[in-house]
Amino acid sequence: MQPKPPSNPGRRKFLIAATSIVGAGAVIGAAIPFLAAFNPSERAKAAGAPAKVDISKLGKGEMMIVEWRGIPIYIIRHTEQSLLILNRNLSRLSDPNSEENQQPDYAKNPNRSIREDVVVLEAVCTHLSCAPKFYPESGTTNFDSDWQGGFFCPCHGSKFDLIGRVYSGVPAPTNLSIPPHYYESEHVLVIGEDGEIT
Amino acid sequence: MFTKLLNWVDDRFPFTDTWERHLSKYPAPIGQNFWYLAGVLMVVVLVIQLISGIWLLMSYEATVEEAFASIQYIMRDVDYGWIIRYMHTTGSSMFFLLIYLHMFRGLLYGSYQKPRELLWILGWFTYIILVAEGFTGYVLPWGQMSFWAAQVIMSLFGSIPFIGEELLTWIRGDYMISGITLGRLFAFHVVLLPLALIAVVFVHIIALHEVGSNNPEGIDVKKHVDEDGVPLDTVPFFPYDVMKDIFAIGVFLIIFCFIIFFFPDGGGYLIEYVNYEEANNLITPEHIVPAWYYTPYYAMLRAITFPIGPLTAKFLGFVIMTAGMVIIAFVPWLDRSPVKSIRYKGMYSKLALCGLVVSFFVLGYLGMIRPNPLRTALAQVFTALYFAYFLLMPFYTKYEKCKTVPDRIKLQ
Amino acid sequence: MKSFFFVISLFSLTIFSAEGKPCGDYLSSDGLHRGICEEADTDYLDKASLQKGAKMFMNYCYGCHSLKYARFNRVAKDLGIPEDLFQKHLLFGDQKMGDLMTISMDQSEAKDWFGVAPPDLTLEVSLRGADWLYTYLISFYEDESRPLGVNNKVLENVGMPHVLSNLQGLQKSICKQVSQSASNGGLKQDPLSGEIITKEQCGFLVVEEEGEMNPKEFKASMKNLTNFLSYMSDPIEEERKYIGKFVVLYLIIFSILSYLLYREFKKDVH
Repeated sequence: MQPKPPSNPGRRKFLIAATSIVGAGAVIGAAIPFLAAFNPSERAKAAGAPAKVDISKLGKGEMMIVEWRGIPIYIIRHTEQSLLILNRNLSRLSDPNSEENQQPDYAKNPNRSIREDVVVLEAVCTHLSCAPKFYPESGTTNFDSDWQGGFFCPCHGSKFDLIGRVYSGVPAPTNLSIPPHYYESEHVLVIGEDGEIT
Repeated sequence: MFTKLLNWVDDRFPFTDTWERHLSKYPAPIGQNFWYLAGVLMVVVLVIQLISGIWLLMSYEATVEEAFASIQYIMRDVDYGWIIRYMHTTGSSMFFLLIYLHMFRGLLYGSYQKPRELLWILGWFTYIILVAEGFTGYVLPWGQMSFWAAQVIMSLFGSIPFIGEELLTWIRGDYMISGITLGRLFAFHVVLLPLALIAVVFVHIIALHEVGSNNPEGIDVKKHVDEDGVPLDTVPFFPYDVMKDIFAIGVFLIIFCFIIFFFPDGGGYLIEYVNYEEANNLITPEHIVPAWYYTPYYAMLRAITFPIGPLTAKFLGFVIMTAGMVIIAFVPWLDRSPVKSIRYKGMYSKLALCGLVVSFFVLGYLGMIRPNPLRTALAQVFTALYFAYFLLMPFYTKYEKCKTVPDRIKLQ
Repeated sequence: MKSFFFVISLFSLTIFSAEGKPCGDYLSSDGLHRGICEEADTDYLDKASLQKGAKMFMNYCYGCHSLKYARFNRVAKDLGIPEDLFQKHLLFGDQKMGDLMTISMDQSEAKDWFGVAPPDLTLEVSLRGADWLYTYLISFYEDESRPLGVNNKVLENVGMPHVLSNLQGLQKSICKQVSQSASNGGLKQDPLSGEIITKEQCGFLVVEEEGEMNPKEFKASMKNLTNFLSYMSDPIEEERKYIGKFVVLYLIIFSILSYLLYREFKKDVH
């Protein structure tokens, strides 16, 4: 059968457009649950709840690793010596004053920490997310002739100082992130939550 | 620009050719009615099942320890996981509803007759694969009904004389349904059977487009063509039939979503209440029923309560149940009527088809409830009626008086 | 002819007869029905009832029955209980708000105590129905022959002790003279005197010594508890129905448009 030409092309055009738009809306609507299902589930959120850490046993110059949301978190207690050399060669750092938004406001200070002697860092290299290794000793190493102590990423050679500030001339663009954290008491550190503002 | 691109593609892949052959120039007979919508709706359901299935697979765990809990994890902990799961459970029932309508349409209008025999066989294969897909999927939530349905259905293989017991152990991979069995059914459900289903559906559609669609009149539209060789009583599939299909899909989705959002259990028919209890291999639930779409055949299985010679009742029940499904494939050679559509067939064919429908529903109902002697007797009667439709077909189609089929399709 | 109908009705009775009695041996308070569940009147929108039910559950049931597929914070959110209040009053030990509501009781030990391990109740209402659960909760009665001294009308010889007896008191199962229902729906009467015929019926539950609650209060709190467990089985019900209205409405609009489009194209070939 030979179809006749449309008697009212305008009406047809309008109906095609309207049906297409509403149909496209339906497809988008149907996609929502499938996209949302990729969000962290309640199980993942529960597993990623704030972590409590007792730091009373953390000695000077030592580092401990805890897990928060599956991310390794480095907690380091400085020695008097390391505190002193912290700001010795700021010229080699690309963001010595922590201008980039890589830390909560309460950690945007010369020591990048709440307490002067303890720093909390996300051990995720800001280049491609490997975990940087901790080299606290200063001196000559096979990756730096004048190492002041800090972190070296084995994947692509990025370097950070003891409080996670990135060296210039390495692939990593920014300082290591500092997770939200607060001290519940002198020795109990809570990672993953901002403390109440007092 | 667009023409250039199209030419570039066409030189390398028959794009325009495929488009015309299967859509814009595929001749769809006029006068196709409601019954002709089940096919396209099944394609929609197939897509829904594939996508929702892939998403369920991301969070489901096929182990005895975790399977049941992982379903609740999807329902409660995954964002909108409940919509995705309800899509899948509702989709499975819809798939069966539609395929039964689709098969009934075939019987009604003789869509299996020459030259559509192979088309019918291919469709029958999709049905059998779907039966297997439904069964394997039913076991995965690892509820009480999952477990015991698997136990009962797999035990049927144990009834095969001589090799039964060994075969059963081999199929289960264990001495009872266990995690090993679950792993197998899982692999079949998510990989083997869907692949087979997609392949057969694809071939089914190719075969359909080769022989052309039937119509409620059972008239061969290819007899009358215009000067271009296009059958006169057809319209191009795109856009004319597609517009009808889109409307049908809209209405179907209203029903589908209404079930998902307001009636997801379907009163215990879409998700059985017993399956809200985790599988326990030590306690059988009081009342085991298969999903509604298997109940007609389940009733046949239970109807056979007498042995014949050396063959046990259990084995015969299994044979009858299987035969009930297999016999459908032979319809193209059982029907000896000169006409296709029921509209022009004689009184016997009409009565026989009514008998089939009644027996299907009665058996379906009997398969859901507990057996007692009277119900078993009824199931035997209706099993006989079911088979009578097929086995007597060569006779009643041959000896009845048919009406003359007109030459052209007339639209009201 | 009459006998024919009789045979037919007998036939249909055996074919269509109900599948067992859902509520066991439970006798309705008017003595007319046995095995029919009382109605629980659940309402997922009644937050006050859900909160009371949750409190009841945490205080009386949670010692033995887990809700191991649900999480505390979800319950707090859905029931509108502020998290800090929930944490203070409804959490025990070192449980966190994001945890699953599991219990620490050892399953095999529990099995030794009660004969069966107390089941997880997350999906109990989906499994058995709210009416069943409510009726079960109100039909514990004294039975000296049982090891724990109580039995249940709905679930005969149940292993569970009557943990709410301090609230309800202990019910007794007694016999009474009651009227019977006639085939016309009224009460059976003596055809000569017109007097209502009575018969002794056993299984009425009465509280002889009330606990902390009177029977009415107890039933109300059991309805709250049932309501909470009903929510627990299907926590998404409220959101599901809310979204559903929009989805269905949207699809109706789509269908109307596509119908007009279909008719528009149909004109070409008709």
